[in-house]
Amino acid sequence: MSQADTPVIELKNVHKRFEQRPDLAQRILALTGRPIDRRTVYAVNGVDLSIKRGEVVGLVGESGCGKSTLGRVVAGLHRQTEGELLYQGQDAVRLRGAEKLAYTLGVQMIFQDPQASLNPRQRLRQILGESLKVHKLAPPAEIPARIDQALKEVGLDAEYRDRFPHQISGGQRQRIGIARALMVAPKFLVCDEPVAALDVSIQAQVINLFMDLREQHGFTYLFISHDLGVVKHISDRVAIMYLGKIVEISTSAEIFARANHPYTQALMAEVPDVARRGRKFTPIKGEIPSPLNPPPGCTFNPRCPHAMPRCREQAPVLKEISAGHWSACHLNEASA
Amino acid sequence: MSDILLDVRGLRTAFHTEAGAWLAVDGVDLTVRRGEIVGLVGESGSGKSVTGFSLLGLIDPPGEVVDGEVKFKGTDLRKLTEEQMRQLRGNRIAMIFQDPLMTLNPVLRIGEQMMEAILTHENVTRAEAEERCREALAMVGIPSPEKRLKSYPHEFSGGMRQRVAIAIAMLNKPDLIICDEPTTALDVTIQGQILYRMQEICREHNTALIWITHDLGVVAELADRVAVMYAGRIVESGPVEQVLASPRHPYTKGLLDSMPGATQPGARLHQINGMAPSLAGRPSGCAFRPRCTRVIPRCTEQAPSVTTEGPRSYRCYVPIAREAQQA
Amino acid sequence: MANSPNPGRTRTVQPLAETPQRASILKKLRARPTVRGSAIALAILVVLVVFAPFFAPQNPYDLANLSLMDGRLAPRQALMDGSIAWLGTDDQGRDMLSAILYGLRISLMVGLSAVVLATAIGGAVGLIAAYVGGLVDTVLMRIVDFILGFPTILVALVLLVVLGRGVDKVILALVLVQWGHYARIMRSRALQERRKEYVEAAANLGFPAWRIMAFHLLPNCLGPVMVFATIQIATAIALEATLSFLGVGVPITEPSLGLLISNGFQYLLSGDYWISLFPGIALLLLILSINIVGDRLRESLDPRRA
Repeated sequence: MSQADTPVIELKNVHKRFEQRPDLAQRILALTGRPIDRRTVYAVNGVDLSIKRGEVVGLVGESGCGKSTLGRVVAGLHRQTEGELLYQGQDAVRLRGAEKLAYTLGVQMIFQDPQASLNPRQRLRQILGESLKVHKLAPPAEIPARIDQALKEVGLDAEYRDRFPHQISGGQRQRIGIARALMVAPKFLVCDEPVAALDVSIQAQVINLFMDLREQHGFTYLFISHDLGVVKHISDRVAIMYLGKIVEISTSAEIFARANHPYTQALMAEVPDVARRGRKFTPIKGEIPSPLNPPPGCTFNPRCPHAMPRCREQAPVLKEISAGHWSACHLNEASA
Repeated sequence: MSDILLDVRGLRTAFHTEAGAWLAVDGVDLTVRRGEIVGLVGESGSGKSVTGFSLLGLIDPPGEVVDGEVKFKGTDLRKLTEEQMRQLRGNRIAMIFQDPLMTLNPVLRIGEQMMEAILTHENVTRAEAEERCREALAMVGIPSPEKRLKSYPHEFSGGMRQRVAIAIAMLNKPDLIICDEPTTALDVTIQGQILYRMQEICREHNTALIWITHDLGVVAELADRVAVMYAGRIVESGPVEQVLASPRHPYTKGLLDSMPGATQPGARLHQINGMAPSLAGRPSGCAFRPRCTRVIPRCTEQAPSVTTEGPRSYRCYVPIAREAQQA
Repeated sequence: MANSPNPGRTRTVQPLAETPQRASILKKLRARPTVRGSAIALAILVVLVVFAPFFAPQNPYDLANLSLMDGRLAPRQALMDGSIAWLGTDDQGRDMLSAILYGLRISLMVGLSAVVLATAIGGAVGLIAAYVGGLVDTVLMRIVDFILGFPTILVALVLLVVLGRGVDKVILALVLVQWGHYARIMRSRALQERRKEYVEAAANLGFPAWRIMAFHLLPNCLGPVMVFATIQIATAIALEATLSFLGVGVPITEPSLGLLISNGFQYLLSGDYWISLFPGIALLLLILSINIVGDRLRESLDPRRA
């Protein structure tokens, strides 16, 4: 594979579990024979994903599905419990020194909460300029100019540089978050629900910004969102996640036209749509199970309107049901 | 016109600072009929939540309701004493908040809180009250209601808590429920369930709803009428199908156009430039004019008054006319 | 009112000047303690501390000045050398006013030094424990638990008996018994802040751990620590007063307020109230003004409220 063909990010059977380690008191109790209550959060349960240069992959799911955790694993903020994460063909965990720094800076995350993602005690110019200073990416004399340029690129007036985060609006804070990531010239952006906290009219501005930046810089995105409308608009491919697994993945057009997995279908049906007036709701039943206690077999089976006995026993795997369209559902095999 | 439940005229609510009192709600007129679902739509800073709170007299200092009439079944709520208002709240008019932990007391069991809501307003036995609570929980779809009455709020998930909040709101069969973004923090599939329940319950008991939200999609599917708020004023209102299909006000149109579904995937979204004004920075005249593509000199001079067009109304000197609508 | 419409230049709506309840609401808004009170308190403190020698009629530490004949004079009586002791004299013949002024200096210095040092040490420990986590956290916090498990005065007493008397040794003892509290407070706040996304962002930008702790976590965790520190200045001063009272604190020749109170204690019942009372009032006023200043300082450090 040539350099251009190597996927920027490749995930192979990645698992991430959060285990609550027993504290001293529990360990003492264990000596007396009492079993330790180990609570494990199964956040990500075996994800395979390959993202090519310049692609936008949308990752959709609801709370507890593990999409945010997966995003953080990709960005290197969490280390996976099992499985491989390849950055430009190299195992991210084994990188050291300059290569490790290249990976850290190369994959930047845009966070969901614009307020919490900026240090409230730093002025905007410090927030933006810090990475240049620390990593010596620009001579000190040039830094103010770079800061102004970054502000301009995200659509903010240069005079904002002396302000504090609480003196600008939510949408502007999100732009600063993006500008901060741009300062280190990343190749890959993990966007974790970047517009969820913003008003509708500001969402459009920020989404446009993402699209403009993609055109100008050739960025690759993993765009995490629960908002199907936004994901449909910006993504090339879309992956649907439920309780730690990708249950369906295909091109954006294909998934929205021919959703295969029952969960995907339910999601599509649930999204309130301006064009559908006075519709009778037919919601899917049940609560989203907790990642502490995933159901056996197919994790969706308690809520699935088409559940079969097999679904309770065996977890389905992703199978290619048509060109480039993968889905994990036993129903696809039932009709053979 | 005896089926008009709530008639609000000229509501103005201000927040006090040393510099003066800034109007968060600047002359809102709103009518709600029995059993009607009205969507109050706006973004942050539009004053929609403050409007909801003002109706129930829940504005605390430094806020103050400075003007207007809030007629509920003919009585002006603003003229009532606090004691009289308390008899209405939770009884004839209920409220559901965005954060169900605001409605629910974290240190009391659900059953106790619900019974308190009944026993405060009615003279029934505890056993009767408990039975009604159990029914209410079942009505909102909570499994094993008898057991759940003994649970604490933190033992429920977000969606369940919100359903409990709805159950509490419905306990005394109110005439009107004001819902302040109750599903914004919930997942899409859970939101679907809640909306379904609410719709069912309201149709069955002929309860009117004021549904405050920023989500036009929810309003489209749930509401009969919609009112769009910007910078403290209602800039457009009318039957949902008409307003959403052919909006008159440029802001409403801008909102609809900026939704991802309105543009081809991959193309640049239509955006409304600029930002909503802060409380202290509202432009004179029409507050939307710095962001409006249709602005004329008159917009700066004076804020537009309400133009009525049958069941619809809007505040604009250059409304988007029927002929201009594309299919 | 002709004007050119220029959407770029917006005239804004003016606020209402009058509403039915504006007066009463404003009254409630203004009821907070003002900047003025704290500025006055601070000014007094500074003046007293810096200029004590100028205000004091005599230098109470210069034994040559003192005469036992001047001992236990009631307020407003004259000393041997003709000067008037406005607040009386103690049993050594020291002019109470001078002794109090110099004593304020010592009390304040002891209190501030102890707190600053304890904050530095305890804060660092707490911050590292919170950021690094795991075994380091466990070990550090168990050490803190261990130290805080002992009664404060007991530990201080033992330390001072071993170390001897002296202002610096008192400060050391105070720091050793107190730093654990700061560690806990800093750690608990840092644990909350550490989860916030700006800390993740800093890690994502490849910043080294020390930088994240010092420039990102620390400034945002100072709030509760500072509140605590302000209260602790008063506690430290009171603790020093207690230790001096018990005889292991500052030397007799350089009395702090606590020692003065202690000295005068034995004379209370015989009616020479001024030897204990006036230092006691001075101590009270000192603590009060420190708290007011500390409160204002904490608020002014928060960029959101400045």
